[in-house]
Amino acid sequence: MSAHPIEDHGLLRFLTCGSVDDGKSTLIGRLLFDTKTILADTLNAIEKTSQKRGMGAVDLSLLTDGLQAEREQGITIDVAYRYFSTGTRKYIIADAPGHEQYTRNMVTAASTANLAIILIDARKGVLTQTRRHSKLASMVGIPHLVVAINKMDLVDYSQETYEKIKADYLEFAAKVGIDDIRFLPMSALNGDMIVDRGDSLNWYEGPTLLEILEAAPAAHTEHTEKFRFPVQYVCRPQDSANPELHDYRGFMGRVESGSIKVGDKVTVLPNGLESTVKAVQIGGVDIGEASTEQSVTLLLADEIDTSRGDMIVKSSEVPPAVKEIAATVCWLAETPLDRARTYLIRHTTRDSKAKLTAIDHRLDVNTLEKVPAEKLSMNDIAQVRFKLAQPLFVDAYEDNRATGAFIVIDESNNNTVGAGMIR
Amino acid sequence: MTQRSTLSHLDWLEAEAIHIMREVAGQCANPVLLFSGGKDSICMLRIAEKAFRPGKFPFPLMHIDTGHNYKEVVEFRDKRAAELGERLIVRSVEDSMARGTVVLKHEGESRNKHQSVTLLEAIEEFGFDCCIGGARRDEEKARAKERIMSFRDEFGQWDPKNQRPELWNLYNARSHKGENIRAFPISNWTEMDVWQYIEREGLELPSIYFAHTRPVVIRQGAIVPVNVPLVSGELTNLPKAGEEIVDKLVRFRTVGDISCTAPVESDADTVEKIVVETATTTITERGATRLDDQTSEASMEQRKKEGYF
Repeated sequence: MSAHPIEDHGLLRFLTCGSVDDGKSTLIGRLLFDTKTILADTLNAIEKTSQKRGMGAVDLSLLTDGLQAEREQGITIDVAYRYFSTGTRKYIIADAPGHEQYTRNMVTAASTANLAIILIDARKGVLTQTRRHSKLASMVGIPHLVVAINKMDLVDYSQETYEKIKADYLEFAAKVGIDDIRFLPMSALNGDMIVDRGDSLNWYEGPTLLEILEAAPAAHTEHTEKFRFPVQYVCRPQDSANPELHDYRGFMGRVESGSIKVGDKVTVLPNGLESTVKAVQIGGVDIGEASTEQSVTLLLADEIDTSRGDMIVKSSEVPPAVKEIAATVCWLAETPLDRARTYLIRHTTRDSKAKLTAIDHRLDVNTLEKVPAEKLSMNDIAQVRFKLAQPLFVDAYEDNRATGAFIVIDESNNNTVGAGMIR
Repeated sequence: MTQRSTLSHLDWLEAEAIHIMREVAGQCANPVLLFSGGKDSICMLRIAEKAFRPGKFPFPLMHIDTGHNYKEVVEFRDKRAAELGERLIVRSVEDSMARGTVVLKHEGESRNKHQSVTLLEAIEEFGFDCCIGGARRDEEKARAKERIMSFRDEFGQWDPKNQRPELWNLYNARSHKGENIRAFPISNWTEMDVWQYIEREGLELPSIYFAHTRPVVIRQGAIVPVNVPLVSGELTNLPKAGEEIVDKLVRFRTVGDISCTAPVESDADTVEKIVVETATTTITERGATRLDDQTSEASMEQRKKEGYF
């Protein structure tokens, strides 16, 4: 046994929302720096760059500077992933740019996150962009929001300012229906309340940002979920040298939600045939049971014809098969959605041709109002309906992110052009 | 509310990597797994075993050999492939040089970046529609925005501004004929995760990852191995005139082309000691040991655009 991590609280994926002006890059730099993730040679490099740009102190935001193309333009154009570890937990940060035209990047970054940090500049308070980020985070199903009121150093660490912004935000959140929110004051620049408490915010008695992250529940731990197992690949070794493998038929996939054990009654979709779990394996070794996020192989007691795109579920929890879906869609491509065209929808491991039948309304991401719409362009978010050629086995996105989500693919160039959440 | 136990971070990373490999197997007609004998690709083979055993891997292994690889690593590569009973394809940069498709600026030039040419030639020769590689996003900043399924056009080029959005775990590995997907199952792993995984799984590694004594010179502050024997027995990386050869206790943190991989001073001779050393090191993996990434701030981005992994 390894002696190094004494406890392992697994892994937390989170998202930071805000623009450069809010100090987002500085915050990420600070998290990496204060958790000792940044090593000397990287620090030397940014020290040199800071000097070259005529800055007095080391600019931690340079750590998240990405591609040459972006550095030339001075903006972030895409989602970047950063890593740090505290010894008890590993973190994956999805760093999404905050500008309005990058709604699609934020949706992308949010899709895998379990917590979002919404940055507010204490001098500016709750802005349109704050509301947009919060709405998107909640729409994409991030269960935990942390509202970080940053740049407290520029408002004399005023508790009054903090309380005012908090009250404004709560008023807005109540309207949009966001409930699990935590607030904290901080200064990413000076490092107050990120990893260390600092000396300037003694009136704040709550946890630091890192303490909040360390205590945040991991994904899939808060609710009982139904067992969903989309089949990715079927293993039939047919090894003539080993007669035991003659009848081996393993259904390989990832437990997207819920759990399964030997003896459970299951139904295979779409054919609807029932069987019993004979074995649960990883790499051909029996493990008896498996739960959410584990990649395993299932063997069934009966011979059922099954292939990629099928789904194994518990017989007591069969999802509906639908040929029409209503969904919130974020359009990702520069080419607008063409109502006359047929697209491909990929849902779990299953593909179906699909055609748009209606746009119910579009969401104005700034006013958060529903507005009528005839077309969908890049970064638009709308409530739509699709007609499907093949049935899909779906859950509502709010109940199950894995079986409620889909992507839209343009078959002419194979680009991913849309992201959908089934309502 | 039911509180359930969560996967450890290594179990989570492993499960994600297995899922990605199976998506490649399910979506692509003719994939290949790039195996160099280095530590990241050794982890990839263990993940492939967990993903596909008791079946065979649904892809062959391939190595693009620069002809300047450490003998210990090349021998390990062949041994490991044989143990697994999987097919290993080796294509050589030296063959591309003989064909005239790779032209070195001078004899001593690093062949590392020229692997791109040989890789593209091999992709065409075998008609591979997907190459599975062991690159990680923490290695270098041009990689931080890399997709798990990264699209390359007919010329093998990576266009950072034209990558497919990647949401949830719905990977899009579709491509038209001639185009290519690069799949990176351990994107979300760090160097530390790799060493912890090697420790947990008890994976065997080429001996040069562990502390050993070898002749080196100090060139522009870097430790440069000299008189390195190739598989043929011929010595490469001869010292320049006037350089003083010293014996140092070193190990490699990354292995690649001999001309551009430098070791670090270390007495860590077991995986356990390396894990401890990795936790306390002050220099990044590539900063310490990859002479080719230091050329310019954006050198990795440039090579990726040209078809590099």
